[in-house]
This record gives sequence, C-alpha cells and structure tokens, in this order.
Amino acid sequence: MAGTLAEKVWDAHLVRRGEDGSPDLLYIDLHLVHEVTSPQAFEGLRLTGRTVRRPDLTIATEDHNTPTLDIDRPITDPTSRTQIETLRANAREFGVRLHSLGDADQGIVHVVGPQLGLTMPGLTVVCGDSHTSTHGAFGALAFGIGTSEVEHVLATQTLPLQPFKTMAITVNGALHPGTTAKDIILAVIAKIGTGGGQGYVLEYRGEAIRALSMEARMTICNMSIEAGARAGMIAPDQTTFDYLKGRPHAPEGADWDAAVEYWSTLKSDDDAVFDAEVVLDAAELEPFVTWGTNPGQGLPLSARVPDPAEISDENERVSAARALEYMGLTAGTPLRDIAVDTVFIGSCTNGRIEDLRAVAKVIDGKKKADSLRVLVVPGSARVRLQAEAEGLDKVFLDFGAEWRNAGCSMCLGMNPDQLAPGERSASTSNRNFEGRQGKGGRTHLVSPLVAAATAIRGTLSSVADLDDAARILQNT
Amino acid sequence: MEKFTTHTGIGVPLRRSNVDTDQIIPAVYLKRVTRTGFEDGLFAAWRGDASFVLNQPAYAAGSVLVAGSDFGTGSSREHAVWALKDYGFRAVLSTRFADIFRGNSGKQGLLAAQLSQEDIELIWKVLEECPGTEVTVDLEKKLVTCADIVVPFQVDDYTRWRLLEGLDDIGLTLQNVDEITEFESHRESWRPRTLPAKHLPTVHIEAARPVVPGPASGRDALV
Repeated sequence: MAGTLAEKVWDAHLVRRGEDGSPDLLYIDLHLVHEVTSPQAFEGLRLTGRTVRRPDLTIATEDHNTPTLDIDRPITDPTSRTQIETLRANAREFGVRLHSLGDADQGIVHVVGPQLGLTMPGLTVVCGDSHTSTHGAFGALAFGIGTSEVEHVLATQTLPLQPFKTMAITVNGALHPGTTAKDIILAVIAKIGTGGGQGYVLEYRGEAIRALSMEARMTICNMSIEAGARAGMIAPDQTTFDYLKGRPHAPEGADWDAAVEYWSTLKSDDDAVFDAEVVLDAAELEPFVTWGTNPGQGLPLSARVPDPAEISDENERVSAARALEYMGLTAGTPLRDIAVDTVFIGSCTNGRIEDLRAVAKVIDGKKKADSLRVLVVPGSARVRLQAEAEGLDKVFLDFGAEWRNAGCSMCLGMNPDQLAPGERSASTSNRNFEGRQGKGGRTHLVSPLVAAATAIRGTLSSVADLDDAARILQNT
Repeated sequence: MEKFTTHTGIGVPLRRSNVDTDQIIPAVYLKRVTRTGFEDGLFAAWRGDASFVLNQPAYAAGSVLVAGSDFGTGSSREHAVWALKDYGFRAVLSTRFADIFRGNSGKQGLLAAQLSQEDIELIWKVLEECPGTEVTVDLEKKLVTCADIVVPFQVDDYTRWRLLEGLDDIGLTLQNVDEITEFESHRESWRPRTLPAKHLPTVHIEAARPVVPGPASGRDALV
C-alpha cells in the first residue's frame, strides 16, 4: 500500500500495534535529554527501582539554564545550578553520556544531535522539548514529549502513541534572494495558524524545500510545533547524505551503504494520500516578521500593524487586540518603523553556523545602531569554534555585538539573558509568547538576515533596505 | 496514578484562547527538580493583575478550569500540568488542546475534556453570572454538569480507561517487555549508538566575558 514518509518510519518502529483504540507501541532510536525536563523523570526511576534500559541510545547536554558568560565560574543562580548539578548526578548514576558546560560538544540539544551525526533519516527521535521536531529535517520522525514520557522512554525505550494524521506542505518555486527558510515557516504558520497542525505530522516538500541546505531544513522543521504539529519531516536526499557523511556517529563502510540504500526509500509514494495539503509559492514570499504574541501573528515586513477591528473571527480579534496592547503597538504603524532595543541571534531555530555566516555577511565592516544591543549566541560550542575558525567572531565584535558561549539563552530567558520589562527584541528564535524572553519583554520573530539588517538600522528592516543591498544579495 | 471517576468543584472561567504553556507557567519557574510545589508559578504573569479570575475570591478555590480554544500550546513542559494540579485543578475544559499538553495531562490524572465552543460559552455565562458555581465532570458518563446545563465532552477512550483505572503507563508497557527485546534483536547495525562516544577532538572552550559596562550593556543583570 502506498504510504507517506511519516507512515513508513512509524511502521518500521512498531513493537506492537494497538487494538481497540489503545495506542501503538513505538520503539525509540534516539533519546535526547537536557536538565529542565529530566530531573523528575530520573527521580521516578529511582522511586520505582527502574533503570535506563538503553543508555547507549540516550545522550544528554546542558543547554536551557546555562549561562553564556563566565562559563568557567560557578553558576550564580542557585536554582539553575541545582538543576545542572542534578543532571550531572543523574547522568553519572544511570550511565548516560553527558556533554557539560565547557565541553566542546555542549550546546542546544537540537544542534548537538545533528552535528554529532546521531540524527539520521528513518529514526524515531524524542526529547523532553517541543523543538525536537527539528530532527525531522533528516527524514526522522522526531517529536517533543513531556516528563512522564521521558521517564517512560528511559525505562522502556518505547512510547505508546496514537497514530498521527499527515499534512503535506508543498512549497513550489524559488525563494528570492534575501528571503529564507525562516520566512517560509513563518508564512506557513501565519497561513494555517498555531493550531492548524494539531494532530498532524507535517511533511515539507516541493522545489523550494529541495533547494534548501540541511541547516535551513532544520529551521523549518524546528517551528512545526508553532503550527501545533508535533513533528515536521523532509524526505532525505543527497543534501542529507552529504551533510551526514563523515560525522562522528555517521555509519561507516558497509553500514553506510546499507543505510543510504534504505534512506533512499524514505519518501512519500507518488500515490500516497495525505489527510490535508497546503501549497505555497516561494516566489511570492517576502521577509516575514511577527507583530503579535503567538508565532501565527506574522506578516510580510512591508505590511503595517493590523487593525483588530478588521478581523472577523471573534477569538482572533480579541487575541490581536490583547497582543497589540502587550506589544505596545498601534494599528496601522508600518512594521518597518518599529524600533527595537535588542537583537538576539541564536537558538535551536537559527543558531547554526550557516545562520552566523549569513549574519556576518550582512554586517561585515559595519557598526550596529547605537540604540540597541546585539547578542550572538552560537547553538553549540562547536558552532562557536567553527565561527572563530572562520573569523566570524571578529566580524561580530567589530560590529559591536556580544559574542557569547553556547546555549538556549534569550530564546526563553531561563538564564540571565533576558529582556527587561517593556524592552523590544528582534529575535531569530521561535516563540514570541508574552514574557517568553523575560517578563514584560516584547518579541518580534525574524530571520537571521532581518535580524542583521535590523541591528544596522535600529528598526525592523530587511537586507533590501541597506545601502549595499545589491552587493550582499548578489552573493546569497 | 490516582483514579479519576467523577469530580465536582468550583468552575473558573478563563476567557482566553491560545493559552500557551509559557502563560500557564513561565520558564523561570521550571528550575525545581521536584515534582511538586509549582502552584506559585501557575499563570504567574497574570496573577499580578488584581482583576485576573483566580484573584477573585469566589474563584480562588476553583478546581475545574474552563478555557478558550487551543489550550496548552507551545513548550512541552509537563510543569504546566503539575502547576495546574498543584494549585488544585482536577479538570480543564476547552474546545481544543495542544497534543503534548493533552498527553501530559492524561499521564498525571488531570482530565483534559473537550467541549464544543457553544457549550463552553454556556458554562462561561453561568460561572460569570454566579461566581462560585460548581461544575461536575463525570468521566464515566462523559458529561459536564454546571447548574442546569448538562453537556457531553470528548476524551479518547484509551486515556479515559487509564484515568478511570488509575493505571501507570510504564507498568503497562513493561508487560510487553519480551516484545521490546524481540524488536531490539533485529535492529539494523547502522542505527546510531551514543556509546561509546565519538566526537571531534576535545578543544578548550574560552569563556565569554561581560562587555565593559556602557550605555547598551549591563542590562543582563536584570533578572
């Protein structure tokens, strides 16, 4: 029977098919762990006398809480420190591999997995973090789970799950220079809404998706959860294989050949039936920014802040009015006129080397606007090393940006990197919820290119707004 | 897990849609390593506002939350469920729940009951006109009763069975441990293992330092 990519990966992991409405039991190939959602799961194991069934399919890293300054000194926030120390103790007790602060392989869990070559096509990948959808960029079925499920996977290496529905998101055509994967996914979320993907696995496909690098594909799959979908997937192809080849945990020799042969079968059959389909034309997209307090409240940068009175759906109208009040915005203001205080470049959405290169290319030789601060936080310690090897750190520092150590940082403000109340950011992260980046902070989600242009001009801007736009865009 | 058959308690009307888990409990409250004591983080940003529903005495002891659509979106934090439970909530009523939140609820004995928008509106009206009105959620009959309103709700059969029986998922799965072992015996050798660890050479990572205080820095200290 014809199947979708998601169904093929699902079926290959069935330990037991559920009967009479009970869920299927799925085997989990790779379990990623971090300090925030794991302590209560390990505690649960201890209380029931259980062990970690497969430490060799489990890997932990410190990311959510970690400082991005002074990482060689004790963590000053006592509760953050306790959480990190708890993870270290749990990893020791249960034999789980951990990459700690200061280790070259420490970093955001969704950056570390792919860079180590642990994330591969055809796997099931879980983590107690909703942005686990990132790993779907490789053609893995990857999704976030709660702490009870973390404990379940630790104890059994399986999860009981009800089958998902499937939605094809086809992006035809080619992106214009200056428009990126981030703009595609923000446009998708604006189109289907924050609940539009509820219950679905999204499969991104089409010419524009095929043309993307692995980093860009990860940006897209990463934000599937912001459309309500637990997972997003992209069929593996030569781009995927080229990215993986030679990475530390990538298969070698005969295993590599067997893997590639299997991975090449991982695509939706031509006659596969999706439960829903959405089609976009990449050529119609412009740089996108959010104006509200959920990731679906986004518009092209050339637009104006919307007027809630013109929204017909009551729920959306109320939500928009609340959002404008929180964001301190007036309907009708051109988005380009909005001045920001902080530019944050980083996160599991846009903290990879390609993102940093894109920013560096735009800001090289320039100075940031005096009115704002710029934080550049690499997604992992290796990304930081790579950027330094390429001299990007100098570009950021000369620009007036702060060049930090790796972690989740201001994406969610669990460490000291936070917005002050009322402060406004242009952020390459994934969520613009109220208070996400700090209590009272106001977030505009943007691509790395928009973040860079905004850091130069001080107001939300695209590369096209810069004096040397032609030169920059020629090379992208 | 504690069994859930029927529950009666004060209904709390939360007239908001898209209540994400950052609103239910902000990230700064996630730093505990215990499973209890999260009630102070529940709706933390909104509880500073005197007009917020839980700050009104009639609703403060509520245990049935009646919310707008798309409740529990965003982050996977199970702390959102713990915070609701620690505060005293036993059931949340909404027209639609985010998948992860619904799954987390089912595992912690918090009932996520799905109602039609029309029925939610009816219940909101009663709860707002007569603050302190009790709501009964009957999981066996799948009915919500509030004053003279009796309406059905949806919950998937498997979750309902587990809640009614108070069953622990891990115990259930471990009944099939032989099937898991059998599955593992024929996994392909290309599938990755995290151990023994492989990585690029270890390199010293320089610690970034705070920039010299200037007009646009030093704000990091604001925590």
